Amino acid sequence: MSKYLSKLTIPLLAVMLGLIAGSIIMLISGYDPIAGYGVMLDGIIGEQYYIGESLRTIITYVLAGLAVAFAFRTGLFNIGVEGQLIVGWLAAVWVGVAFELPKFIHLPLAIVAGALAGALWAFIPGYLKAKFRVHEVIVSIMLNYTALYVTNYLINDILTDKKDRTERIADSASLSSPFLQSLTDYSRLHWGIVIAIICIIIMWFILEKTKMGFELKAVGFNQHASEYAGMSVNKNIILSMVISGVFAGLAGVMEGLGTFGYAAIKGGFTGMGFDGIAVALLGANTAIGVALAAILFGGLKAGALNMPLQIGIPSEIVDIIIALIIFFVAASYFIRWLAQRFNQKGVK
Amino acid sequence: MKKRKFGLALSLILAAGTMLGACGNAEKDDAKDNGADKKENFTVAMVTDIGGVDDKSFNQSAWEGLKSFGEENGLEKGKDGYNYLQSKSDADYTTNLNTLVREDYNLIFAIGYALAESVADVADQRPEAQFAIVDSVVEKDNVASITFKEHQGSFLVGVIAGLQTKTNKVGFVGGVEGELIKKFEVGFIAGVKSVNPKAEVVSKYAGSFGDAAKGKSIASSMYASGVDIIYHAAGGTGNGVFAEAKDLKQKDPSKEIYVIGVDRDQHEEGAVTVDGKDYNVTLTSMVKRVDVAVKDLATKAKAGEFPGGQIIEYGMEEDGIKISDSKENISEETLKEVEKWTEKIKSGEQKVPTTDEELKVMKF
Repeated sequence: MSKYLSKLTIPLLAVMLGLIAGSIIMLISGYDPIAGYGVMLDGIIGEQYYIGESLRTIITYVLAGLAVAFAFRTGLFNIGVEGQLIVGWLAAVWVGVAFELPKFIHLPLAIVAGALAGALWAFIPGYLKAKFRVHEVIVSIMLNYTALYVTNYLINDILTDKKDRTERIADSASLSSPFLQSLTDYSRLHWGIVIAIICIIIMWFILEKTKMGFELKAVGFNQHASEYAGMSVNKNIILSMVISGVFAGLAGVMEGLGTFGYAAIKGGFTGMGFDGIAVALLGANTAIGVALAAILFGGLKAGALNMPLQIGIPSEIVDIIIALIIFFVAASYFIRWLAQRFNQKGVK
Repeated sequence: MKKRKFGLALSLILAAGTMLGACGNAEKDDAKDNGADKKENFTVAMVTDIGGVDDKSFNQSAWEGLKSFGEENGLEKGKDGYNYLQSKSDADYTTNLNTLVREDYNLIFAIGYALAESVADVADQRPEAQFAIVDSVVEKDNVASITFKEHQGSFLVGVIAGLQTKTNKVGFVGGVEGELIKKFEVGFIAGVKSVNPKAEVVSKYAGSFGDAAKGKSIASSMYASGVDIIYHAAGGTGNGVFAEAKDLKQKDPSKEIYVIGVDRDQHEEGAVTVDGKDYNVTLTSMVKRVDVAVKDLATKAKAGEFPGGQIIEYGMEEDGIKISDSKENISEETLKEVEKWTEKIKSGEQKVPTTDEELKVMKF
């Protein structure tokens, strides 16, 4: 019981601490924290439009979070989700722009292209780790930059004639849905929500219900024991990275085919892949946990846009508050330690 | 056992959801009340691009225009008067525009060509709202488009750079490569080459309008390679160019390096004090009166003459483009030359290129 409960209480405690610290910052800067959070909530679920926009933000966070969490379970730290997301984005848009096909072929093709691109980008660090024991963090960080600049080059010089964004994808490759838009008063909510839900189920199914998932987790717990038990550690490392990359690529697909409908030159990282790390941590690397954490993060990001307008809290302060919540989530080890001390005293 | 815990978790979530929902509703009612009594004023707001409202350049200039409009009409910053929303990434453009529409602003400015696609989408969905876009053209009945002849002003600062350079090497730092910034670049190159055919122009794009660190590193390598004047058309990225120039000046005040500012008079950006002596690294600025354009349009819209569907172009003829007033670093002869070229451009005698192809035809 206590183990199960602590799984839930610790992340909740981290979020609470973050919110409290955020309200202190708001108080110091002379804003009313209750009004601030009220407006933020209003920006998340206040109207249909905001609900739609929050859900749209959450979709990407779910997939980015799943990507990080999946690799974590095999003991790998896939910090390259950002890069895999960017290549997935571009690959999906490329297919969306380049072909004219009926929707039932075009859309799946574009989605698969994005997922494969992400998988390929994650395969590289996976392979290097398995073959040469190169640390996946280093390789995937470098590949983030490679992805950023290669896609910028492709957009600027290959896909377009020195333009800063691609054409819009054909309607037949678009995930956007007039039906969902009409439901949410023209928000940019798109069918990716279905893909995100399917992915949550897939991740849960692979890890909890299949032999493959068992092996992946076993490698995560103890490589040597797994090897002794006759599992191929190398195969599982590569497999884990590739599946993680598929999720990351799909996160990019959501942006490319759902939210934007094009790919533009980026001056820097989108940040979504990095936020995925926080989402995975907060969600304790489980499928359901990631979904809940993504709801929190997506909500915060979407709701934060409302704060500067309604009561004049500068967006910089909003950034600080979000960062504080991330900080306390990352510092959950400390909270866990405190909680344990507290429990021990209680036992005495 | 397991089921019970699940039930507990579920009821927790439900309870939280209900509470949150309740808060949300209360806030919503508040917002509605505010909305009802604000219709008395003419309200106007703008969405920045990722440079932010304090980019010392384009967005800031637009905001100054809006502020001055608000002050003249007795409006206050906030929901009931004039306001801005900053975009942190390009994902925010559509959301921000929509948010402002939902707040019933009478006129909504989109600052920067990057917002064109979002404006087109939102304008279709909200035909009753009025939009204006700066630096791009969106052909919709409820959108007014404001553009500038930046190539003209860039040509003039090019003339200044061509005459003032001592190393015969000048630099151009652009934000994101595309049609708009190209106008700055080719105008500048044409200006330099018209007065100084021997001079070399190095161009470099940062890939962002909001990356001051990138601007600094580009400026650093340019100055190191012998460039003595850099013209930037890079919004917030350009702040890094100023920072680098000031750093170099700090280390060696005898060094003659300059920056040409853009959009606003960036004279104050270039001020640096070394050992009690004041220097300024800003040679001049290509001033693009976004503030004037924004204010004009807001005034028109307030009077009920919103020029929807029209393209309003500002050039030197309309005083929308000019050279900044601070000229302490420029020699008398250069200023005379500038006047000569100004007349030539105004009279149409000197054609100013806007694309690479047009520049090639001029055969420098």
